[in-house]
Amino acid sequence: MSHLRRFAIFGGVYNNFLSLEATLAEARALGCEAIYCLGDMGGVGPCPDRVFPLLRESADLFVMQGNYDHSIGHRLEDCACGYTDPRDNYYAQISYDYTLAHTADEHKDWLRDLPTEFRRQWGGARVLMSHGSPRQVNEFLWESMCPDSFLTHLLDEHQADVLFITHTGIPWQRRLPDGRQVINVGAIGRPANNGRTSVDYALVEVEGDEVRVTLRPIDYDHQALAELMRQEGLPEPFVETILTGWWTTCLEVMPARERARGRY
Amino acid sequence: MIDIDFSAQPLPEGPAPELALSHLDTLWLQVTGTLCNLACRHCFISCGPKNESHPFMALDEVRRAVETGAAMGVKEYYFTGGEPFMHPEIREMIALTLEHGPLSVLTNGVLIDEELAAWLADTFERARYNFDVRVSLDGTTARENDAIRGRHTFEKILAGAVRLHRAGLNPVFTVTTCHAELAESAGRQRFFELLAERGITRPRLKFLAPFKIGREERRGGAYAPYERLTEDALDEEARRSLQCSSCRMVTAKGVYPCPILIEEEGARMGDRLEDALAPIRLDHPACYTCFVEGVTCRT
Ligand code: SF4
Ligand code: SF4
Repeated sequence: MSHLRRFAIFGGVYNNFLSLEATLAEARALGCEAIYCLGDMGGVGPCPDRVFPLLRESADLFVMQGNYDHSIGHRLEDCACGYTDPRDNYYAQISYDYTLAHTADEHKDWLRDLPTEFRRQWGGARVLMSHGSPRQVNEFLWESMCPDSFLTHLLDEHQADVLFITHTGIPWQRRLPDGRQVINVGAIGRPANNGRTSVDYALVEVEGDEVRVTLRPIDYDHQALAELMRQEGLPEPFVETILTGWWTTCLEVMPARERARGRY
Repeated sequence: MIDIDFSAQPLPEGPAPELALSHLDTLWLQVTGTLCNLACRHCFISCGPKNESHPFMALDEVRRAVETGAAMGVKEYYFTGGEPFMHPEIREMIALTLEHGPLSVLTNGVLIDEELAAWLADTFERARYNFDVRVSLDGTTARENDAIRGRHTFEKILAGAVRLHRAGLNPVFTVTTCHAELAESAGRQRFFELLAERGITRPRLKFLAPFKIGREERRGGAYAPYERLTEDALDEEARRSLQCSSCRMVTAKGVYPCPILIEEEGARMGDRLEDALAPIRLDHPACYTCFVEGVTCRT
């Protein structure tokens, strides 16, 4: 009988310490030998500092820097998401200013110094993990915007057989014609614009040379999170997303195809 | 009217910068060449009903370019013209391109009737990759828009866009900011209000600076001698942000670095995409606009 190894990979915490707790608990209960966080700790959720005790100094946890972490770590003025839509910009700035103001200096320093990619060898596969894309931290890799041949090019260029990314907030996975894989693990901080309140992470099972990746939903106490967001004075559209599973902001950068599946 | 004394501006010294292609992310196709049903006053490639300096591309030319691009790992495709919907084989072109990757079609919207809107929406539904239609609109009133795009175009453009929207497509509105105040937030707000009145409540908008070439040169004036790029103006980040570091434009007459320079003598790079991967020289005054305004033609 060949030996089964398990790993968990998630991204986009967005201050959601309740979904983070739930994700870590499930990964550990399933016997994951390592857990990877692909970045973007801050964002739309309440009480930024509550995620750090969960993320820092756990021997089984590897954390990477996302574009948001880079901005917070360097105390920049905005998240550099580059929206031009005034509504998206307005809300993005509120959540950024809130996160910046409520993140302790020692956590900012920690974010500033995080690594920006992980490489592993699982089975026979060269595994690469990045935040946006391996070539650019804030590049959006949406399912509908990534031709097979473009992904093949990225994997060739960066010498990988399996690529994990996050940054867009909506998970997807694809096996390319040559058998290599690309997985966007989505985000655990807010639901994936699908009308469900659960969030998603990737469970990886390695058996012999086979790397199996399953996107798994995580339920958490989203009512409690919404309540805390209201107490913290965060905008009602953010609360609505947590309670309904439909995005209300940050829609401008979403391709029409992904957006058409949502409500707005 | 303020007179500007250009002699007061220091003239750039030194050679124009050279820019390498980092990777071919974006492939443009000038499917209808310079032929257009409109003759907008700001058109930087002087398109119009009689301009045949770039003819229509044949279906096979489009197929060849898209397949070559796909083999190179292109990330997204764009069709422009002229007016793409004047091409009798535009639907075949759209369908074959969407098999390889996401596509945006840039249109003036005038030819979008009910039947075409329904076909486009259906194509969007079925396609494996994202499909966008981009509609140009240059003002929030008939007066403002028609002064640029021609008489009665305001209502025709909006009617086309509303048909798309009713059919289930959310078009991207592209505004060239000939009226400078439209680029300001109050100007943007006027677009949101106009489109909301027409039932388009969450519109997508893109603002583009005008290029002072083509017909726009006669309307808004030409580039001044100081409006040139030099080697030391460009750091690594600025280079990466120029769209021509990751795009090429295929026309029936050969390959050009970008959608802006296809009428420029000397910008042509070769017959086929494979011949057009060399670095380019940013010695054209329009390059100055790209750099200063941070223009990218991508959606
Ligand atoms: S700006 Fe567009 S619609 Fe107007 S003439 Fe030029 S190509 Fe045609
Ligand atoms: S006009 Fe703009 S896109 Fe075209 S070559 Fe010059 S800088 Fe590049």
